[in-house]
Amino acid sequence: MGARRIEGGIARPAPVSIDVDGQSIQAFPGESVATALWAAGIRALRTSPVSASARGIFCAMGVCQECVADIDGRTTPTCLEPVREGMRISLRWNRP
Amino acid sequence: MSACDVIVLGAGPAGASAAIEASKAGLNVVLLDAGAAAGGQVYRAPPGSFRVTDAEAMGPDFAIGDGLRQELAASPAKCFFGRSVWHIAPGFVVRAVFEGNTEVYEAPTLIVAMGTHERVIPMPGWTLPGVMGLAAATILLKSQRILPGENTVVAGTGPLLAAVAASILKGGGKVAALVELSTRMDWVKALPSLISRPDLLKRGFGWLGELRAAGVPIYRGHALTAITGDAEVTGVEIAPVDAQWRPLAGQRRTIAADSVTIGHGLVPSTEVTRLMGAKHEYRHEQGGWVALRNEDFETTIPNIFVAGDGAGIAGAAAAALRGRITGLAVARRAGRKIDASRETTLRAQLGKAERFGHAISDLMQARPGLIETMTPETIVCRCEEVTRADLDSAIRDGARDVNQMKAWTRCGMGPCQGRMCGEAAASLLAAVQGGDRSKVGQLTARPPLRPIPYEAIVGQFDYADMELPEPQPG
Ligand SMILES: Cc1cc2nc3c(=O)[nH]c(=O)nc-3n(C[C@H](O)[C@H](O)[C@H](O)COP(=O)(O)OP(=O)(O)OC[C@H]3O[C@@H](n4cnc5c(N)ncnc54)[C@H](O)[C@@H]3O)c2cc1C
Ligand code: FES
Repeated sequence: MGARRIEGGIARPAPVSIDVDGQSIQAFPGESVATALWAAGIRALRTSPVSASARGIFCAMGVCQECVADIDGRTTPTCLEPVREGMRISLRWNRP
Repeated sequence: MSACDVIVLGAGPAGASAAIEASKAGLNVVLLDAGAAAGGQVYRAPPGSFRVTDAEAMGPDFAIGDGLRQELAASPAKCFFGRSVWHIAPGFVVRAVFEGNTEVYEAPTLIVAMGTHERVIPMPGWTLPGVMGLAAATILLKSQRILPGENTVVAGTGPLLAAVAASILKGGGKVAALVELSTRMDWVKALPSLISRPDLLKRGFGWLGELRAAGVPIYRGHALTAITGDAEVTGVEIAPVDAQWRPLAGQRRTIAADSVTIGHGLVPSTEVTRLMGAKHEYRHEQGGWVALRNEDFETTIPNIFVAGDGAGIAGAAAAALRGRITGLAVARRAGRKIDASRETTLRAQLGKAERFGHAISDLMQARPGLIETMTPETIVCRCEEVTRADLDSAIRDGARDVNQMKAWTRCGMGPCQGRMCGEAAASLLAAVQGGDRSKVGQLTARPPLRPIPYEAIVGQFDYADMELPEPQPG
């Protein structure tokens, strides 16, 4: 189930599409990739290196590294990376 | 390489205020922050691509933060955002990564205002997707404008609990329960100090009123003892605690939820002063280890100043005042003319703000019994997946301080550098030494201070080229 975006207080720019492992999801430019994934109901972002258990957003500020994914070929914490049109995201499942 | 008079690290209320004062007094100031705009934790702005249509709906902090951002933009300080500071050499040479590349800044004076990180004492299930820190939930709610879940348990200590729960309700979400370790009596005992800020006290009562009106169950004097679910969160288990926050046996209750947000107080971020070899002392009521400093906020390393919550937790108002005083002091010492009476007024205001801030901070600090929420199988170090049983066995084998523990178990060796697990590991070690946290030391800071892409280091220079000050205990 996707998490709900809060509508009050702000107006978002027009949505764009980003690609997550071949699936197209809607996202708003400037919000973090982690937020876009969260809104699309993708909570498990990667597996842990030792026991291969699922991990997701924990600190939301670039410290814990639990949210890393490959974004346009670079391994990046998704919570710090702003959404841009046409981004390609590959989740790090069963990869250290 | 870009040279200036002062580099300010961190653009929260402390760093932004310091940069404003020092630059207005005539110094050439560079301000660096990893975020996309100034504001820090408490005044974190929404992404620049969002347009704020209703400032009131964004809460009272938004207006204060916006005022600070405007004042900073109007000051002569040069601000560089999106810069993660990862190394500092004596002199001072600051290295920050920006869009994958390292930039170098140099100045004879440093003001360190890097704020705090959150303490979470683990319990089974805390690594499940859908569990996050209170600070993370705040970022999602305030800045990203998204709910942390559909039905969220908010748990831990301090005023952030009620603040986060109230903003979930305001955003249209459901709060499954608020589970707080402190009791009503703990709050009553803090009242004499809290009364110094009736406005903030009123805000706190306002949040509680909203929670009651929405029928949110509030459990005081309770700990989360487990988070349940296979692939994702399905609920939590809670138990009442004793005065030291040890969960009482046999009194479990379960609550259904799809998400959990949890925090056990704030810890000053001291990685820069540790890296530079400044002396620190353990101050429980201020969140833990803080750099020793004089009244101008200068550390034991000449020309390195600390400001804000990174110098000891005292809250947003105190952080801004400390920043202003530090900015003025740095300018005064550089021979610039400053308004001395204004400095005196700011110092008087700071005393009052610190009294409130320290009382809140004291209330938030985890008590020793809370370590019992970590069962032997509980993962303590999320990066290296070290369990409590691993740590207990290192302690049985004679590990006595946090760096020994790290070397023996790898707890704290992963990319978060112990920011997630360091407090839990130190509390376990302290428990076998009469609860004295100052005896178990603090983790040695090592570059890179922030995880950075490998390419940002190679190509610039070798690790071997870096000047490293001698690490110092304590
Ligand atoms: C979630 C949360 C909510 C809070 N809400 C309140 C509140 O409502 N009221 C209150 O009184 N206090 C609150 N606090 C306490 C709060 O930390 C402060 O009072 C205030 O934000 C402290 O200001 P500061 O300038 O010292 O640090 P911060 O505001 O934390 O600012 C530090 C800045 O340093 C930057 N930084 C850190 N490390 C690096 C690095 N390596 N490279 C580059 N930049 C870096 C960060 O990006 C950040 O912008 C809250 C804290 C948290 C965690
Ligand atoms: S959630 Fe911790 S680094 Fe992104």
